[in-house]
Amino acid sequence: MLTDLFPNLKMEDLIEATYETFYMTIIALVGTFIFGVLLGLLLYLTVKGGIWENKFINAIVASFVNVFRAIPFIILILLLFPFTDFIVGTIRGPNAALPALIIGAAPFYGRLVEIALKEVDKGVVEAAHSMGAKTRTIIFKVLLPESMPALISGLTVTAIALIGYTAMAGVIGAGGLGNYAHYYGFMRRDFDVVLVCTIVIVIIVFIFQFIGDFISNRLDKR
Amino acid sequence: MISIKGLNKVFKTRDKSITAVDHITLDIPDGEIFGVIGYSGAGKSTFVRLINRLEEPTDGTINIDNQEITSLTKKELRVARQEIGMIFQHFNLLWSRTVKDNIAFPLEIAGTPKDKRDKRVQELIDLVGLSGRENAYPSQLSGGQKQRVGIARALANNPKVLLCDEATSALDPETTNSILDLLVDINERLGLTIILITHEMHVIRKICNRVAVMENGNIVEQGDVLDVFLKPQQPVTKKFVEQVMGSQEDDSELSFDNYKNGELIRLHFVGESANQALISKISKQFEVEVNILQGKITQTKRGSYGTLTVQILGDPKVLNETIQYINEETSIEVEVIHHAN
Repeated sequence: MLTDLFPNLKMEDLIEATYETFYMTIIALVGTFIFGVLLGLLLYLTVKGGIWENKFINAIVASFVNVFRAIPFIILILLLFPFTDFIVGTIRGPNAALPALIIGAAPFYGRLVEIALKEVDKGVVEAAHSMGAKTRTIIFKVLLPESMPALISGLTVTAIALIGYTAMAGVIGAGGLGNYAHYYGFMRRDFDVVLVCTIVIVIIVFIFQFIGDFISNRLDKR
Repeated sequence: MISIKGLNKVFKTRDKSITAVDHITLDIPDGEIFGVIGYSGAGKSTFVRLINRLEEPTDGTINIDNQEITSLTKKELRVARQEIGMIFQHFNLLWSRTVKDNIAFPLEIAGTPKDKRDKRVQELIDLVGLSGRENAYPSQLSGGQKQRVGIARALANNPKVLLCDEATSALDPETTNSILDLLVDINERLGLTIILITHEMHVIRKICNRVAVMENGNIVEQGDVLDVFLKPQQPVTKKFVEQVMGSQEDDSELSFDNYKNGELIRLHFVGESANQALISKISKQFEVEVNILQGKITQTKRGSYGTLTVQILGDPKVLNETIQYINEETSIEVEVIHHAN
């Protein structure tokens, strides 16, 4: 029946493209989480009145974040070609997309992390200080656990943006559903393929949103 | 013993500096419940935060048990802070942790091993009366229960001092009383010194031994709670005493013209708990009738304090004997408002 509706669709190709999209999204999401939390923590801690108040570092991190958020993703990929080639050894395939995906998404997520940390009750941080907590303890036992629901919902938003980015990366050779839709659908004028790719991407987005909401709600004991 | 000398805190903003705490010198003996009262903006919250250096003092020294808190390095201060418990107006519990884990938090910070930690947490839960609620999250607790968790958490590392920053101000009167009872109980059982910040004279009256009144960063008056109640010197202190006792000026509204017969007197109760049955005693012992017109008596930690305006009716000679008796045989002071004609 599927072959009647979508005559030009090859199932193995679709499955492989879907796999590549998942692969890129999930690996990039892990990288984005790590770098984003680092950036967010640096922004939060070095701000005026923060635990590590430092104008210089704060200005550097803030401008890094702002610059990389300002560059359109498609241009960022092109800009990072030499860097990608150096790190991954190739500029084609899903792995080649990862550096650009992470560098594109981490600053965005970093801002969301900063916002989440700012929402943590100052009184609780003060209470931890009054008990003699080290900064490390405050980060890992107060700031991150107390902001976890917001960190997860921020990660969900970022994941969905990342799925969009993988499709853009696909068009210039990274593989995945974007690549499949562009080369096998658009270039050959087989629009049924474009349609199926769209449906699959929408389903993936829904899955990520559902999982994100579920985890965030489970963690929120407020 | 906590010894504070010349403690000073100046906040600098871009165009002016504000002195929040102005050269305070103070000694607090071990095991005392010491109250600091003042209106908001008086600097009392800053003062209590200076004691564990949540705010860095601009000037002055703080000694707790011969350890100079003000000269400790950051690292030494962290260790010293484990011996200074603190509770807060808004409890400041970690909502992501259960009651049990909130109380365990300071023990984790101090590096207590897991098995000892669990044992200590259970002791504390029993101490503050939260048995059965170990696995609840703060959002499932009432305000009073949250403050009990806060108290248990503050006591976890066996501190020598407990700082209370408006600890009952977010609670209703009944819950406030139960938390105050718990604080007295802890003070008596563990012998720890409590420094309590509040804007409610009721709290001072109920549990404090001594009180300091703060205004504009200064301690304007301090002493035994009863003395301050009896002889408030400063206008601000008088205002606080009125919070509990009502205004003395209410008396002027009393129309004494309606009580022309007999002797109109005001009895001042000044803290001795004996002779409380005064009214029934004089009416039994002397041929007089006592008519209570107005009064307010309140209990402090060292006995009752307050005034009672009464009319005594009877033979003028007996009336004089009665007044003489009260003056000489009891600790109650008599003030005659209006003599019998």
